[in-house]
Amino acid sequence: MIKTFIFGIILGLAGAFAALHFVSVVDQHRESSIISVTRNGGNTEVFHINLPIDRIMTGAQGQANPLPPGMEWPNDPIFSNVRAELFKLRNARDAIVGVASRFALSDPEFGDKIEWLLHLPARGSVFVRMSPQPVDRSRVGDLSAGTREFGSMLGQVSERWIADTSGSSGDLTGRIELSMNLLSNEQYVPDAEDAE
Amino acid sequence: MRYLIVLLLGLVTGVAIALAILFYNPFTAQISLSPLAVSDSQQISLRYSAVAEDSIIITNSGDSSRLQPNPAKVLQLWEAPISNTDVLVTLLHDSRNKSVGIGVKFSSRSERTRLLNGKALVDSAWYIYLPGKGSMLIEQSENHWAFLRDVIIPARWNSGNKWRGNWQGVITDGPGALGTARVYGGSGIYSGLNSEAIETHTAKAYSTDVGPVAMEGRLTIDLSVEVDDETSADASIY
Repeated sequence: MIKTFIFGIILGLAGAFAALHFVSVVDQHRESSIISVTRNGGNTEVFHINLPIDRIMTGAQGQANPLPPGMEWPNDPIFSNVRAELFKLRNARDAIVGVASRFALSDPEFGDKIEWLLHLPARGSVFVRMSPQPVDRSRVGDLSAGTREFGSMLGQVSERWIADTSGSSGDLTGRIELSMNLLSNEQYVPDAEDAE
Repeated sequence: MRYLIVLLLGLVTGVAIALAILFYNPFTAQISLSPLAVSDSQQISLRYSAVAEDSIIITNSGDSSRLQPNPAKVLQLWEAPISNTDVLVTLLHDSRNKSVGIGVKFSSRSERTRLLNGKALVDSAWYIYLPGKGSMLIEQSENHWAFLRDVIIPARWNSGNKWRGNWQGVITDGPGALGTARVYGGSGIYSGLNSEAIETHTAKAYSTDVGPVAMEGRLTIDLSVEVDDETSADASIY
């Protein structure tokens, strides 16, 4: 009887440790990435944000109807030149794959900037700075930094507003399209001008 | 039949011993001293309240085991790819308790979590904007095991579902070699910054119903400027 009990204890210990080692506590859901390979060996991936349904927050001073309702945005004058937004982020199949923040900054000393932080839980984060002045109806910015999968990437991200004029999408007014053109910095060969 | 019951009792005892070893494992103690404490370089310290009600917004899947979203009507992150993610927008204060900036923190439970090794990991990214100074990104891997063991589990064991005490710990666990977070400068005076940071939590009260009741987070950022040539590489490679 005692031998059976001791055998049970050993079995329980081994089973518990095996489960703790092999069973994943966090099971991160993944959507398939939709990536096009470009001629230079880089890749292009397009995300979008459907408005207004994907907007989580709009933070700016002087808003009559803050989003989300009940939010108290700081009234300190130092934040008067900041407009902060949070969104859910979708892939080309219209599936939610991440979240993103967009800060429109108007700093008297450092000028105007738009800064995006895209967070894809299964892959990493992308920090992008862009000029607020659009070129060919798009704003283009450089990848300032990336984490995890995007940690070794260089490239550009463009932001484009596409209005929904069809009227067939219910409450949608349009979407923000974010196109990422990235290249691994291991593949990046600076041209002669850069090398100088 | 008697042997089967004894075997089952042994199994239950074995699992209980395994959990006790896991819980009281002295090799998983969390450091409370910042690796940046011995640095001579200039640092900034940014504090924020980790209490949901004090945040500008906090949102997640709205699951009962998570922090309750604030304000109540904020859009929740219930879709499967983002259901393990929390988003916090908060005011950042300096050491004199003056508002100096806004921080957005995206944090997602990590698949690298291994409770056996005392690793309850969260991958997080902070976007920090300090008006008049600039912006930066902080990338870190956080280990919440010590907080889970010392605060959350005792709160669940407590009959009132509450914990009170004084807990302080460094939650940053990488990806830097010394267990520090990576800092990437964005705009303003932080442009080109390539540095390190750590995040510390100090908790005094916790409730299983609402989460932290009295808790503060502190980001200590090393400002030893190291300009990374790669970040300034011409991006017109397309």
